[in-house]
Amino acid sequence: MNAPVLEKSLQPQQRLAIVDCDIHPTHKSPAALVPYLPARWVEHARTFGAHVRQGLVGQLTHPRMMAAGQRADSYPASGGPPGSDLPLMQKQHLDPNGVEIGMLVALARGGMEEQNQEFAAALSHAVNDWQIEEWIRPEPRLRAGIVVPQDDPMTCVGEIELRAQNPAFRQIIVSPRTSEPLGRRRYWPIYEAAERVGLPIGLHPAGASGGHPSTGSGWPTYYLQEHYSFETGMQGIVASMIFEGIFERFPKLRVCMIECGFSWTPALGWRMDKAWERMRKEVPHVKRPPSEYLREHFWFATQPIEEPENPKHLVDIIDWIGWDKLVFSSDYPHWDFDDPRYTFKINLTEKQRTAIFRENAKALYRL
Amino acid sequence: MKVPHGAIDCDIHPAVPDTRALLPYLDDYWRDQFVNRHIDRSAFTLMSYPPNSPLSCRPDWRPEQGLPGSDFAALKRDALDGFGTRYSICNVFHGAIALFNEDMAAALCAAVNDWTAKELLDRDPRLRASILVPLQSPALAAKEIERVAKDPRFVQVLMPVMADHLIGGRAYWPIYEAAEKHRLPVAVHAGSTFRHAPTYSGWTSYQVEDYVANGAAFENMLVSFIAEGVFQKYPSLKLVCTESGVTWLPTLLWRVNKDWRGVRAEVPWIDRLPSDIVRERVRFTLQPLDVPKADAGVFLKTMEHIGSDRVFLFSTDYPHWHFDGEEVLPDGLPEDSLRRLLTENALETYPRLRGDDTLAGNPRPHDGALQ
Repeated sequence: MNAPVLEKSLQPQQRLAIVDCDIHPTHKSPAALVPYLPARWVEHARTFGAHVRQGLVGQLTHPRMMAAGQRADSYPASGGPPGSDLPLMQKQHLDPNGVEIGMLVALARGGMEEQNQEFAAALSHAVNDWQIEEWIRPEPRLRAGIVVPQDDPMTCVGEIELRAQNPAFRQIIVSPRTSEPLGRRRYWPIYEAAERVGLPIGLHPAGASGGHPSTGSGWPTYYLQEHYSFETGMQGIVASMIFEGIFERFPKLRVCMIECGFSWTPALGWRMDKAWERMRKEVPHVKRPPSEYLREHFWFATQPIEEPENPKHLVDIIDWIGWDKLVFSSDYPHWDFDDPRYTFKINLTEKQRTAIFRENAKALYRL
Repeated sequence: MKVPHGAIDCDIHPAVPDTRALLPYLDDYWRDQFVNRHIDRSAFTLMSYPPNSPLSCRPDWRPEQGLPGSDFAALKRDALDGFGTRYSICNVFHGAIALFNEDMAAALCAAVNDWTAKELLDRDPRLRASILVPLQSPALAAKEIERVAKDPRFVQVLMPVMADHLIGGRAYWPIYEAAEKHRLPVAVHAGSTFRHAPTYSGWTSYQVEDYVANGAAFENMLVSFIAEGVFQKYPSLKLVCTESGVTWLPTLLWRVNKDWRGVRAEVPWIDRLPSDIVRERVRFTLQPLDVPKADAGVFLKTMEHIGSDRVFLFSTDYPHWHFDGEEVLPDGLPEDSLRRLLTENALETYPRLRGDDTLAGNPRPHDGALQ
């Protein structure tokens, strides 16, 4: 039934070399990090394993819908999970979709959710080594994101300073599911370091929570709801960072919101402005209307792109956000992958297409 | 723009002046409890609406003494005569809903409802009200609906958007069964009982963040209603998002439609596009209207993105401070949409406002206090 779409031939202007801002590399097996971990933590991993804030070991409590949340066609013939095989990633995504630069977001076993802080630090460090050795060295089109154990900001600062020396690391990956909202002071050392080394913060939904339900009214029943909370959760983070005055304090800080869509952001800006107008005496450190900080400091990766019933309505949204603030992302190899050929159901001008698929990301990440 | 006379205001907030005023509406046991434990000296003010906060009361509507909304003469002057409304629906959003003791919450909700009938509805024929329910116990909430629904001046059920659990969940269905039976829409109002952090990354620093977070809370609540199949289970139930804001709605429709296409096997009872379900079954009160002051076109665009002018209900949210002077309506609304917003949509939403309430044995409106 997909035949008419799949057979649609590429127009020359669609063969733009693109920057994909969300590609997930995965470990071939739980042992993949062994070469990068000290013996003490290898033994710990084997004996105790992960200690995260959820009821089940090694599986999500909202089971995904298709092939554990992966594209069914992305399982490597060589075995191992989707995203663990570079040749398949090249053949299936980087080559045919003309990916000039791919930004890695390494979610699994990165210590973001680990409660044992020393273990979390060791895992983050190992995942960053692993990205370099197994992905960046063999595939020069890829760039890495510095994975940090965000609830231990002092460790984050050390890892950021170490990794920033390698130009392959182009952003700092922080889990949005923190113990406290990301604007709170305990996280400021991370922003100070990010500003100092000139790298944006990349926020991508992570699996296990930071100790709080996915909504202000408790846990959702269905994955449909849990998936929706990727968007509403990010609203709280944007509001926290702005109302805490982060961008007055760190005026060069840039944040990219990944895998949470973007069409919700104009409404959030209006809502924050309206509330700020009434309540600004509570937050005197917020000098300007919140929407101005939103406009200046946040970028948005496009996947999963919103699909209005009338596709043209997306143009209104992007007009409000700014055509310079969206960066294309595919989410390869996850089930809700956005194919760059069919992501936009509206006609983009050449300038708009180039901006979203390439130039905005190059400017944001200084690629 | 200014509102023409005869509108139906679907969200005003009279306040119980103090807890002592509720003592006559409590039974002997609870009156003793309240007096002996000095509970009657507590105000039961919700953390979501601190009385002196700028959002909680417009400066020129603030009474010289007492809680915002507690002065009946001022309410009559500012909210009813001031906007020339035909009906105004009183949402007495009382702190009873935040208690942990279910029985105490139920007794207090019942007292608030009886106080509302006597002290508000009996005093002005333009007033209608919502039934405050103890959400802590869906069984007791359903019982309260059964008790109060006999008075046709109560036109809907009132619940907070953030509580112990997402309210689409099956545990809450007895409430919806009772509401549907009595042709009462369910009004979900902004505010939290703070059983959980208002954001998924934890507890906020500032009250302004909490207020902003209500928008996301309404999204999650609505997705809960859709995903759980409440609209299929109760085919004539209507949901009224009250003080919710509405500019977040287009994104919700687009995202839920797309998510549903991807994961519909998980929720097979959803038998059509979620956006169609929302347009048919969910309504939104006007204030606060989260659009830039300088750009009236944004509301019109939002309406176009939603794809309907039937989902909006007029509200002032008196005495909360969302607008100044008489600038309660967005500019530039087409005549038809304005008429729908001001009266028709409300009459469609609330069977009990149409005066065609045919439930046997119901007293006519204005026949006196609830027995």
